[in-house]
Amino acid sequence: MDLENQKRVKELTEEFGAGNIVVLLGAAEGEASGIAAETVTVGDPTFAGPLTGVSLGLPVYHVCEEEVKEAYDPDVYEEQVSMMEMVLDVDEIAEEMKAIRALKPGS
Amino acid sequence: MSILEGKKVIVIGDRDGIPGPAIALCAESAGAEVIFSATECFV
Repeated sequence: MDLENQKRVKELTEEFGAGNIVVLLGAAEGEASGIAAETVTVGDPTFAGPLTGVSLGLPVYHVCEEEVKEAYDPDVYEEQVSMMEMVLDVDEIAEEMKAIRALKPGS
Repeated sequence: MSILEGKKVIVIGDRDGIPGPAIALCAESAGAEVIFSATECFV
């Protein structure tokens, strides 16, 4: 994840508290989704950014996962995301995201 | 109550996947408040 974005995520978590925040990702494939998800749960796996060694434990989902998809207005999703969803391997992304969420204690 | 309702959402979109503003609109439609939105570029 972009180093500047890591800094913002850290600041916002300190300001609002991890229990009030959900992170939504839009990465194009499983590996990138997994790296971003890992960064906001157990820390930056690339050891490059401000979240290195920082375990925020934030709940994190990819925008196309069923768990969050059911909550959107279907018309908004159709208009904004569905075209791209068709070219993404959503199953691979969802598998990766579940694996990372399982790393988070208490989930 | 959904995972998103009443939550503060951080959006990390992707230029090659789903961009930040599209995700933000979805999150808002689910009753969440978007507190940060970015679109990353993995090159």
